Amino acid sequence: MRELVAVFRRELGGYFATPLAFVFIVIFLFTMGAFTFYMGGYFESGQADLQIFFNFHPWLYLFLIPAISMRLWAEERRTGSIELLLSLPVPLWAAVLGKFLAAWAFSGIALALTFPMWLTVNYLGHPDNGVIFAGYVGSFFMAGGYLAIGSCLSATTRNQVIAFVVSVVVCFLFTISGLPLVTDFFSSWAPQQVLNTIASFSFLTHFTAITQGVIDLRDIIYFFTLIASWLIATGVVVDMKKAG
Amino acid sequence: MKTVNASGEAMIAIDGLTKRFGPFTAVDNISFTVARGEVLGFLGPNGAGKSTTMKMITGFLAPSEGTARVCGHDVVTDQLAAQRMIGYLPEGAPAYSDMTPRGFLKFIARVRALSGAAADKAIDEAVEATELQGVLDQPIDTLSKGFRRRVGLAQSILHNPPVLIMDEPTDGLDPNQKHEVRKLIARMSPDKAIIISTHILEEVDAICSRALIIDRGRIVADGTPAELTARSRYHNAVSLTLGGQLTVAAAEALKRIPGVASIDIVPRGTETVLTLFPARDISGDTTIVDTVARMAREENWPVRALFSEAGRLDEVFRKLTRGDTEDLPGKSAA
Repeated sequence: MRELVAVFRRELGGYFATPLAFVFIVIFLFTMGAFTFYMGGYFESGQADLQIFFNFHPWLYLFLIPAISMRLWAEERRTGSIELLLSLPVPLWAAVLGKFLAAWAFSGIALALTFPMWLTVNYLGHPDNGVIFAGYVGSFFMAGGYLAIGSCLSATTRNQVIAFVVSVVVCFLFTISGLPLVTDFFSSWAPQQVLNTIASFSFLTHFTAITQGVIDLRDIIYFFTLIASWLIATGVVVDMKKAG
Repeated sequence: MKTVNASGEAMIAIDGLTKRFGPFTAVDNISFTVARGEVLGFLGPNGAGKSTTMKMITGFLAPSEGTARVCGHDVVTDQLAAQRMIGYLPEGAPAYSDMTPRGFLKFIARVRALSGAAADKAIDEAVEATELQGVLDQPIDTLSKGFRRRVGLAQSILHNPPVLIMDEPTDGLDPNQKHEVRKLIARMSPDKAIIISTHILEEVDAICSRALIIDRGRIVADGTPAELTARSRYHNAVSLTLGGQLTVAAAEALKRIPGVASIDIVPRGTETVLTLFPARDISGDTTIVDTVARMAREENWPVRALFSEAGRLDEVFRKLTRGDTEDLPGKSAA
């Protein structure tokens, strides 16, 4: 546990030791705002809620979250610091989890800084703050899902660009697996059971359900299972690399 | 769990350690032990398996076969316990370059279960031993190569570990810094078991109590620096430097000295360097050097230098590791 905290603090501090945190947060907030107000037609909708704002989250995360996760392991491998980390008396799970939690906390900080959106809708009207809260929870869990995927793929390479590109592709597949683009490919030949299973992997399905204001246990379990599976996979990948 | 840490007993015990990367065997069935108070020097060409062996002992790579025990803890089955006993300076002294040395050492202290006053004390001591005081608050990636190496050194000795493993600790340091690091290692050596790898052969003489020469994954020599140099053809050879040319008659006279097998004559500038190789091992026998000295006096040769050689480690090294010494795969796979 002590090792987990040490890794977590080092990693989180690492984001703020460089301009990375600043650049990321500024771009995150700017694009969130731009998408919501311009592309989403927020004012034209006449609704005092954050549905439009949350609708863009999966698509922004698709590119912004792999930008955080790509460095998690690939950078350590490139600079050689992974040799230091893995020869310190830090259990593998603590290294994997500490890095992930730091990245998750960082994305949580970026997400929390969108609070002016929440202030705006409350100023403009009387939104259902419970639904908005659910949206934030859903968004945070979805960020965790993307990060866990990115963490595993980052562990497979020493090249951050590869980690980024592959993460975007895998995250994209997970995002849209419930949409016709994917389901149509299977629907003509695969049994309904398989179709449902594939669709149930979709971030969108679960995220949309949560942003409707219904925090269903199944959706939470989905994200937890997803995060846990990808983190275990991260540990397996790191361990396999030790075996050479 | 057997704990071996009494003086003279093996603190590092390597048995049949092997590492394969696909079809390539980087380390091939290596066995040795290191006791408290010993400084073991790893010598060998690039790609010989020195770093790979160290990576297996420190738990960064899993052995394909064989075992390594550190203070009685198996590095595979009891890895964390073994790692707590080890201070490790990896090749190239990697660190988190966005941190300052102070922040970095605090992180290491936290991981090493040092906190509060104990952590501050440990950091102060490590900083003092490696003379990092002036750069403690500069980001590591802005530091010179020498300072970065010393940050790595400070990190490895922070928790006063009973076992120290250092991959080329003096690489990239200037001669003064090299001297300081050697002094530091010598100072720490009485109560630790230390392994260092190096390409600098005089370093072996300077700080190692024992040396292993590794070639293509195998140990090809194991002994004290004196024992290894004794395997040189220069061991007990008599070196004579004369001002000016050597006459044929003098060369013939030297060749007739009892016990001399052959003579090398190398002109060097205006001087001539002669090396008289003895016919057999004549440790402690000073007959040849005495005879040469007497002849020089009688014939009135312009002698610039005359001494009996201990041997040349670089020659032994070349003899034992000759052959294909280019970089082999395995380094990049690590």
